[in-house]
Amino acid sequence: MRQHLVTMTATLALMAGAAAAQEVRVYNWSDYIDEELLAKFEADTGMKLIYDVFDSNEVLETKLLAGGSGYDVVVPSGTFLQRQIEAGAFQKLDKSKLPNIENMWDVVSTRTAQYDPDNAYSINYMWGTTGIGVNVGKVTEILGEDAPIDSLALVFDPANAEKLAACGIMMLDAPAEMIPAALKYLGEDPNSHDPEVIAKTEEVFMAIRPYIQKFHSSEYINALANGDICVALGWSGDILQARDRAAEAENGVEIAYNAAKEGAQMWFDQMAIPVDAPNVEGAHAFLNFIMDAQNMAAASNYVYYANGNKASQEFLNEDVIGDPAIYPSEEALNNLFTTTPWDAGVQRTVTRLWTKIKSGT
Amino acid sequence: MRRFILIAVPYLWLMALFLVPFLIVLKISLSDIALSIPPYTPQLDLTEGWSGIKAFLSQLDFENFTFLTQDPLYWRAYVSSLQIALISTVLTLLVGYPIAYAMAQAPDEWRATLLLLVILPFWTSFLIRVYSWIGILSNEGFLNQFLLWTGIISTPLTILNTNTAVYIGIVYTYLPFMILPIYSALEKMDGSLLEAAEDLGCSRLSAFWLVTVPLSKAGIVAGCFLVFIPALGEFVIPSLLGGSDTLMIGKVLWEEFFSNRDWPVASAVAVILLLILVVPIVLFQRNEQKQRELDQ
Repeated sequence: MRQHLVTMTATLALMAGAAAAQEVRVYNWSDYIDEELLAKFEADTGMKLIYDVFDSNEVLETKLLAGGSGYDVVVPSGTFLQRQIEAGAFQKLDKSKLPNIENMWDVVSTRTAQYDPDNAYSINYMWGTTGIGVNVGKVTEILGEDAPIDSLALVFDPANAEKLAACGIMMLDAPAEMIPAALKYLGEDPNSHDPEVIAKTEEVFMAIRPYIQKFHSSEYINALANGDICVALGWSGDILQARDRAAEAENGVEIAYNAAKEGAQMWFDQMAIPVDAPNVEGAHAFLNFIMDAQNMAAASNYVYYANGNKASQEFLNEDVIGDPAIYPSEEALNNLFTTTPWDAGVQRTVTRLWTKIKSGT
Repeated sequence: MRRFILIAVPYLWLMALFLVPFLIVLKISLSDIALSIPPYTPQLDLTEGWSGIKAFLSQLDFENFTFLTQDPLYWRAYVSSLQIALISTVLTLLVGYPIAYAMAQAPDEWRATLLLLVILPFWTSFLIRVYSWIGILSNEGFLNQFLLWTGIISTPLTILNTNTAVYIGIVYTYLPFMILPIYSALEKMDGSLLEAAEDLGCSRLSAFWLVTVPLSKAGIVAGCFLVFIPALGEFVIPSLLGGSDTLMIGKVLWEEFFSNRDWPVASAVAVILLLILVVPIVLFQRNEQKQRELDQ
């Protein structure tokens, strides 16, 4: 009996240990995966997946920098990733546990290497552009058939903004996206870290400020789809989602997305493993699962964002790989730019400038 | 001894849930920003013993507080928050008092139902209730569609994303906090006092001003504080319903914490907000105490 008890205790302890090791906690952007993949991961690996979502880099960063987030895999964007690597928030990937890494696409990985040298800490999940979403019917009604719907001048030229104001303009409440766009409109280097150059954008924003209904990073999806606003400067996939929602609702609203012809920002969402991840083994298993060509294709087919996985491209639906708003042509790709993070001093100047732009004080 | 324990319980509660967190925030407000986990320095290192504590203390300073005085943004945000909180409190009182009065005048058998109706909205999530105002107030929203349909207006009103929407949101959300204390004060009122006033030649209106209002003063004061204090630090309502020019300290705090990753400055903003709040809270406590003494 006693022997029996010991065995039982040992078995229980083993089971408890195994259960803890088999739990993988993933923290990703909201509406950013085909949920069937989550069930598939559990079926393939026998691990239990706990999947949480966030909707801004700032929220993720605050959790990471507070320490002890409890997550095994998180998905920051490039510039945030770079700063978090400097802060010591991540651990290096063990690439021997990631055989699928050979599927990755050099076009993307050479670009992500500027945030994460040698891609030592992260793999690309999805990427996209920041551009212009318009309600085609209303904008052409106001500005005429030749309305510059693919140009930053649509919003940054006060003459256009004034006419569109009544119909509604929104832009991202993200200075790291909007200030480079304004710099591009001015013909400056969009990746400038010089406070004096950045200050030049103040004039651009102050001139159009009265015509901007709101600076917000997610409300524009619904507002565009419902026809509440006419123009949004926002993220490619979000605007494509608005387009699809409007089409599904059959409310007569037609939404179009364009990366600005002057040049648009290209951004990358990267999967990385926090330095204090409880289940490093499981985290690698998840990354390897995601890098499987068919799994990655399923995710992109579902969320309408491009991914950094070359091998997945043969499994992508035609309305994803064939849509230049998602997978830009070679030529359009050259017209995209990337940015690097501001240091704390410049960041403070930018945030202050942004508050001034938003509040007028 | 028993009395001591009785007093100790609320004090322990206050220590654990107010004083200790406040000291932690105060400590961070005296630190400097750093790119690390957590993102400020110095860190308290207890393994060094006494010298570690001394080294830690010597690195703290009031730099973040002087920073707040250098930029007019913070001052304006505090003033604008005070203004929005004050106006919303007055509006809530104007809407809430008649409702409370009508409830107190209603026949006995109705009162429980009316009370339930006031509390009922709390059964839905606060966030959902604020979100639904977006649907009501937006350019293509219910309100505009209704007004356009009736022909009162010919172009949609822009209400959402303005301060007006913030006032509507705050009044709607905090209305029960105004109604309930006023109702409980009015309900206790002896109706014969009004009869006496009228017998002595008061008109109904002057009886209301001379008898009803003073007797419900405690309820009015309690209701105003219950609305004013949370409205001052409100973040959710201005960020969902307010426009880009709605400047409130809750939003400034969020930006310091999340956009600038500057926990020390964010903590300094929070410490000052608390100091501003302490004044009305102390006044409120005094009023409560006076009321209790009067009741006895």
